[in-house]
Amino acid sequence: MTDLSAAPGFTARPKSSILTASAEMKRRNAAEARFKAYGMIAVAIALATLAIMLFTILRDGVSAFHQARLTFPMELSAEVLDPKGNRNREEMSKVTTVGYQKVLSKALLAELDRQGIAQEGVSDKEIGELISKDAAGELRARVLADPALLGTTITANVLATGRIDGFLKGRVTLETAERDSNISPDQLRLAEKLRDAGLLRSSWNWDFFTNADASDQRPEAAGLGVALLGSAYMMLLVLVMCVPVGVAASIYLEEFAPKNRWTDAIEVNISNLAAVPSIVFGILGLAIFINFAGLPQSSSLVGALVISLMTLPTIIIATRASIRAVPPSIRDAALGVGASKMQTVFHHVLPLAMPGILTGTILGLASALGETAPLLLIGMVAFVDNYPSAPPEGFLDPATALPVQVYSWASRADPAFIERSNGAIIVLLVFLVIMNVGAILLRRRFERRW
Amino acid sequence: MSVLMILAAIAVLAIAAYFLARQRALASTNGNPRLLHSLPLYYGWYGTIAVLLPSLAALALWLIVQPMVIEARISQNLPASLIADASKRELTMADVRRVAGGLDTAVAMGTMSEDEARQVRTESTNVRDKLAAVGVALGSEVSKEVLSAAQDYRELASWGAAGRTALVIVLAVLGLFWGVTRAKADFRARNRVEQVVLGLLIAASSIAILTTVGILWSMISETFDFFSKYPIQDFFFSLTWSPNFRGGSDLGILPLIWGTLYITVVSMLVSVPIGLFAAIYLAEYASKPVRAWVKPLIEVIAGIPTVVFGIFALVTVGPALRDWFAAPLGLGDSGSSVMTAGIVIGILNIPFISSLSDDIINAVPQSLRDGSLGLGATRSETVKQVILPAALPGIVGAILMAASRAIGETMIVVMGAGAAAKLSLNPFEAMTTMTVKIVGQLTGDTDFAAPETLVAFALGMTLFVITLGLNIFALWIVRKYREQYE
Repeated sequence: MTDLSAAPGFTARPKSSILTASAEMKRRNAAEARFKAYGMIAVAIALATLAIMLFTILRDGVSAFHQARLTFPMELSAEVLDPKGNRNREEMSKVTTVGYQKVLSKALLAELDRQGIAQEGVSDKEIGELISKDAAGELRARVLADPALLGTTITANVLATGRIDGFLKGRVTLETAERDSNISPDQLRLAEKLRDAGLLRSSWNWDFFTNADASDQRPEAAGLGVALLGSAYMMLLVLVMCVPVGVAASIYLEEFAPKNRWTDAIEVNISNLAAVPSIVFGILGLAIFINFAGLPQSSSLVGALVISLMTLPTIIIATRASIRAVPPSIRDAALGVGASKMQTVFHHVLPLAMPGILTGTILGLASALGETAPLLLIGMVAFVDNYPSAPPEGFLDPATALPVQVYSWASRADPAFIERSNGAIIVLLVFLVIMNVGAILLRRRFERRW
Repeated sequence: MSVLMILAAIAVLAIAAYFLARQRALASTNGNPRLLHSLPLYYGWYGTIAVLLPSLAALALWLIVQPMVIEARISQNLPASLIADASKRELTMADVRRVAGGLDTAVAMGTMSEDEARQVRTESTNVRDKLAAVGVALGSEVSKEVLSAAQDYRELASWGAAGRTALVIVLAVLGLFWGVTRAKADFRARNRVEQVVLGLLIAASSIAILTTVGILWSMISETFDFFSKYPIQDFFFSLTWSPNFRGGSDLGILPLIWGTLYITVVSMLVSVPIGLFAAIYLAEYASKPVRAWVKPLIEVIAGIPTVVFGIFALVTVGPALRDWFAAPLGLGDSGSSVMTAGIVIGILNIPFISSLSDDIINAVPQSLRDGSLGLGATRSETVKQVILPAALPGIVGAILMAASRAIGETMIVVMGAGAAAKLSLNPFEAMTTMTVKIVGQLTGDTDFAAPETLVAFALGMTLFVITLGLNIFALWIVRKYREQYE
């Protein structure tokens, strides 16, 4: 017998079936559905922002790979460009770019006359302004390099000014030209006629990869050449400095280090360095490498030193993980047949850990390639329009880097530079994708499971 | 001999030492390698190391010490007026070095003979024009003292170069003899070589410590310099930030800390819910194929350089927020704002929080889930009441690390937050952070004696202490409250 059933206050549970949901059950199921929906929304937001970001970059940047050029026949009159007539380079170089500019605009005017293209409200001077300010310098260099061109008629294929380029790409319209002091709607109408006549054409822009940076007034001539070279130098130096040191440090910490205060301190340091903000490394580079050691500002060597110190923890962490993944049986076997500890590590453990080390190194380099903030502090944001010379002296020449170029273009006033900036991002992302895919393929191909 | 030539000579000697030592070891057992203590190549390596180690160490030491000695000697002979204080002395020495370098170039290009360069006087020749002719432009006329100091400099430098060459080559040759004579059958070459290799490994792993020491040293010394020029209480407690390179600037850190924290809070409001829910969804709900696709895609965000996020803030997010929220609500008309920078940093941190939390949630043992589900709890109840409490310390750690990343983030705030230091509550107003000001004060022409420049080091120090503190705190939480499930 039991007292429980007779206990006061006991009420029988209402009868229910699991086939019909009670109110409680409905509430809980709804909560469940909501919770799951929150998760899906979060994933959707994350993926959507990624998609939007990539889309805006592509939308704004792809056009940087095309550039408007004017093509017209041009007579290089010897009387204007070589007044003394003796083809002496020294005397020819007295004719400045202004002289060449006149020749260019005259030739364009003549061609317009010949083809009968005219536009109300555009003066001869304004027609000349359709040609990029960069074209005269380029032509001058070409003529000075080869004076035999004088007197001949060549086909000029010169950059159009940035606004005209923007007009062909849809960035500049007749409405915006109304408010723009650099271009008039009539000039745009003329450009339209030029395009129809085949004089003005948009073509693949190799100069974007080879040209140096250009001043604020000439976005059409700005290119990534110096930045690509600077980034390549830096990556080369980072590879040379960072990988041996990182691998050596990992070997010591994984295989030889005794458990003591010193190795503990090293371990703590490495994990903390990985979390130090990148800008702090820039301060370190400025204070130690530039102010104290006296290395030249904006040089790729200083940039590489700073980035190496930043990348070192990443590479050490990856290398240690792959050394740890080599099973102890390999070491025991090597030691058992009489190899020394050092021989075991260098002849057996290291080769087996190599794929992992390579993958980690590539990923470390990929993140190093996109690093910007510390480079701003060591002066790599400066305007550099000369190519650094060949290594090893070139490592000390002023250079800039791909992500820094993105930043410095983005901070200029002319919207044409935003296009360049996005174009540079596309180039940067292509490199990053190649490196990451390479790392994944390496891992797939060589990864071993014991 | 130039340094490059010396290095080449050392390399030749090192290679020679390898073969000679190896040869000699083998010869000592009449060519029978089995009678040697070590493999023949270790004798060779011992020879190489015996050449390289002393000579390279001497070369490095000489390269560091020589300029110091020469400058000390030169500045003794300069009149006191030219080296009155540290900055003046630095300028004069730079002039001396430049003139000396110019004379070297002139000799190298053949416009001056060696004797001429040694004896040229300002009274008889216009040195500036002469040097300009070989492409060395000098800012001002060369004074008599500077020219003679430059000539002394060249003299000392050429003596130094000769001494350097002699010392290094002698050491290398001595090393070669040492290494080769020791190569005998019973010499434990392998042990010696391995000792050296171990020394190199230890040196490599100490670089991490050196880096930390370098960071601390570079910032501490300059920070003290700053506080000797600017009162410390004004830096930490003043409410205005208005640097002025003509002097009389207010350099209070509080507006910068306010901007930094405000942006960090906004970014955490974006990244924590999205990152956490994404992690929960991927760990508990998503099917295998969905997880295999979505997880790497979210991690792609982490691989994008921050400058790209900066452009995204500048070109897309900033104007969108301004046109859709700030302007209609009458809260401001600035594209760069706390909201812009905060949201974009939040996006940057989503993959960071989601992958860390994902790992932590996956580390909670399946038996806990099974137990909860078996008692009749729904999945969401299991997550909320069992898994999250178990994973909490790890998740809190991940959130703190994300906060430290947000505080130290630079490019996004430089491009998206603005440059005006303000204490305001309006999130659509442009505000600025410590990192922005570090970049601002240290780029362009900087004068390392002015407090306006040095303040950047104090800001960097503050930033370093805050982020390091947050990280250590995060690690401590994870370690202290970690559940052990075995």
